[in-house]
Amino acid sequence: MSKTHVTTTINGTRTEFLCEANETLLTVLRDRLHLTGAKEGCGSGDCGACSVTLNGRLVASCLVLGVEAEGAEITTVEGMAEGGELHPLQQKFLDLAALQCGVCTPGILVAAKALLEKNPDPSEQEVRYWLAGNLCRCTGYDKIIKAVLAAAADLRGAA
Amino acid sequence: MSVSKPLPHDAACLHVTGAARYIDDLATPADTLHLAFGLSTIARGRIEAMDLDPVRAADGVLEVLTSLDLPADNDVSAAAHDEPLLSDGTIHYMGQPVFLVVATSHMAARKAARLARIDYSEQTPILSIDDALAAGQAFEPPLEFVKGDPEAAIACAAHVIEGQIEIGGQEHFYLEGHVALALPQEGGDMLIHSSSQHPSEIQHKVAGALGQPFNSVRVEVRRMGGGFGGKESQGNALAVATAIVAQQTGKPVKMRYDRDDDMIITGKRHEFRIDYIAGFSDEGRITGVSFTQYCRGGWAQDLTLAIADRAMLHADNAYHLENARITSHRLRTNTVSNTAYRGFGGPQGLLGIERVIDHIAHELGKDPKQVRDVNYYRPMSDAAKETTPYHMEVTDCVINEMVATLAKTADYTERRRAVAKWNAENKILKRGIALTPVKFGISFTLTFLNQAGALVHIYSDGSVHLNHGGTEMGQGLFTKVAQVAASAFGLPLTAIKITATDTAKVPNTSATAASSGSDLNGMAVKAACDQLRNRLIRFLKGEYAVKSQDIRFEDGQVRISGHETLSFAEVASRAYQNRVSLSATGFYATPDVAWDRLKGSGRPFYYFAYGAAVSEVVIDTLTGENRILRTDILHDVGRSLNPALDLGQVEGGFVQGTGWLTTEELVWDDKGRLLTHAPSTYKIPACSDRPAEFNVHLWDKGLNQEKTIYRSKAVGEPPFMLGTSVFMAISDAISACGDGRSYPALDAPATPERILFAIKAQQGREGA
Repeated sequence: MSKTHVTTTINGTRTEFLCEANETLLTVLRDRLHLTGAKEGCGSGDCGACSVTLNGRLVASCLVLGVEAEGAEITTVEGMAEGGELHPLQQKFLDLAALQCGVCTPGILVAAKALLEKNPDPSEQEVRYWLAGNLCRCTGYDKIIKAVLAAAADLRGAA
Repeated sequence: MSVSKPLPHDAACLHVTGAARYIDDLATPADTLHLAFGLSTIARGRIEAMDLDPVRAADGVLEVLTSLDLPADNDVSAAAHDEPLLSDGTIHYMGQPVFLVVATSHMAARKAARLARIDYSEQTPILSIDDALAAGQAFEPPLEFVKGDPEAAIACAAHVIEGQIEIGGQEHFYLEGHVALALPQEGGDMLIHSSSQHPSEIQHKVAGALGQPFNSVRVEVRRMGGGFGGKESQGNALAVATAIVAQQTGKPVKMRYDRDDDMIITGKRHEFRIDYIAGFSDEGRITGVSFTQYCRGGWAQDLTLAIADRAMLHADNAYHLENARITSHRLRTNTVSNTAYRGFGGPQGLLGIERVIDHIAHELGKDPKQVRDVNYYRPMSDAAKETTPYHMEVTDCVINEMVATLAKTADYTERRRAVAKWNAENKILKRGIALTPVKFGISFTLTFLNQAGALVHIYSDGSVHLNHGGTEMGQGLFTKVAQVAASAFGLPLTAIKITATDTAKVPNTSATAASSGSDLNGMAVKAACDQLRNRLIRFLKGEYAVKSQDIRFEDGQVRISGHETLSFAEVASRAYQNRVSLSATGFYATPDVAWDRLKGSGRPFYYFAYGAAVSEVVIDTLTGENRILRTDILHDVGRSLNPALDLGQVEGGFVQGTGWLTTEELVWDDKGRLLTHAPSTYKIPACSDRPAEFNVHLWDKGLNQEKTIYRSKAVGEPPFMLGTSVFMAISDAISACGDGRSYPALDAPATPERILFAIKAQQGREGA
């Protein structure tokens, strides 16, 4: 199969890659660009482990084709920390023990960041329902919700 | 001292930045081959003819193997030697691996695996518990534990109830599916990266399949993306397949299951049916009880015998049963080979007695809590020694005080009144509340498994390298064990290098299972560290002419009374220069456990862990939809090694247990095809399902009576069963839907569909 040349921006860096027409963005990120933070939990858009943002919109990268990244801005978990400093969400997940096995963590962080960009002051219920598309099998979600709310408060304080 | 502090998970920083590497994230050499199994499309029968040419002709395919192409042992079973890697011609379940595709990419292998043309002679599959009973298909004759004279006790009881509960299975749904990577080494040796809770078993199965000794195979496990028991034995097939192809081709080989394949191929929690007859007094005190447990094992034995044993061993939960008979049927069916899953049969056994209690309460028109209260084992301070149905004395019971405390903090009595008031005033939405206890036995019931080893090095710069036989699957074992090492040397946790589990460092390990990880490995690490510390002390005594008690290891330093204070690094360096060995192995074997599983008698458990939960739910009588409004938990972890990690286990266990009993329904069709093989159809709890109010506490009086590591208690499995409170609360809400005369007798999982049927049954009764 012939490959398509794609030019895109990933975590602020202009990136070019070749991919096949039927290759998912998740496969491109993981196998071609070695950005393995996004995980394949189900491959059918149900678990959220592969969450990234595409032009600011939260997407399941297993349901996006690599070629759709042409001209787009993509952010992944690898782009959250800036200059070695953790994003407040990352810091709160660490401080509040909001992770166990860690496979869902990158997707949940990306999804939570997308929420806080839309809604800097979400209620607990809004957090719970926004993250309902990101499955976690280990934690029972309680500490995740608390970490998102705490990070939101931090970010509001800093703003 | 770092023990007992709520320190974060050792890899937390890697996890939040996406830098933690799981096996599928490892960079592989460019010539790495990829595998996929071709799966059977019938559940029972024989392969008559197999045309694999279309598979071989597919893009990217290099080779296709069948059972005839295997070099040595065709077996990936945990124990019974009854699980061929590739079908030997007989088909035992739908989704059984029949052939193995070797291709240049994961996708090419998967696509090609669909192209085989296989002719079968099909037989009617044995799918249900009733099918298996009718066909006499079992892994061993029924087992029976008897205490007292249950039949006589039931015959002369004031009240008798009879009933049955169906209990569904459960998919593990670890977020990281099964995966293995084989890297061939010189001289036929093999290095395997496996997502496994049991690296030693992977080593043994790979060696057997290659026809080589154990010492030619090294297995490494840095971390798993969740395990929950699903990676105790089920990773064998992938590891063996990759090793065989790596040996044959000399190339690196990787295999991972996509989610659908993972759910179709691998075993799950055992489905049970439990029949019961119970005799009891006017107060609800159980005088005699008889359980018959039917356990669906699937097609191969795997760990079914031990799981069915543990179900029997938890048929009492926290209740003293003076007269009890527990009979267990271990049935063989043409479905996936069911396997270990958090609780290992315990939750099913426990649900049986909780059902009996709930049923008794309904019969007597009492609050189920009152019935529970009159049946608990007596507190440990009470001199009376009460025994379990397997004749083990219960000497550490704390459930009474825990339940009393929880009932108070959760305001149980007042809220029960409020629920009754709500139900009297509301027709559509009904509420229910329940308080349920957990008592869970800690130790592998296969007694010899209760052992662990560790390897600790101190380098001459004072940095410490830690290794042990336990595996990290997210539970934080590595952190807890590193805390033990850090405490022994008075070092900060950052001075301890946590390293991947490796069969070349610690041999002959048990699976990280049965909640035993920190109990066993923590003690083994402590034994190694104590030796090293004693060597350093001996050395310093000689150097400074002081006594042992004059030397203290704290804050990264070694203080010698009356002399200078040295950095730990300086001590290590000087010890090295004085030719002191700075490497030690540690070993631990749990004392005092021994029992006879066939007689159902003895001490299978070193101790018990306890917990209790109160849950309040609301159900919609028009749709069966439901929500958990509030859950309060009090759980006993002894003296916590790490409260942050322990709370995580309690919360996560509760939510997973709730999923098992509510939303998680496995559905097979009448051909034996699993219909719920993806998260689109199989519903684990989501963030929105967490109780609206969730109050979780570790019991501050917790203290292990036995000499466990820093008097802590195991925490992996026990909290799973706290989810029972939600199931019983739903039953309570359903009871409020009719005239209260008929018992809802709800089966698990209580899906909206089941709840709705149960409501209709209650309302029908009311209308009749």
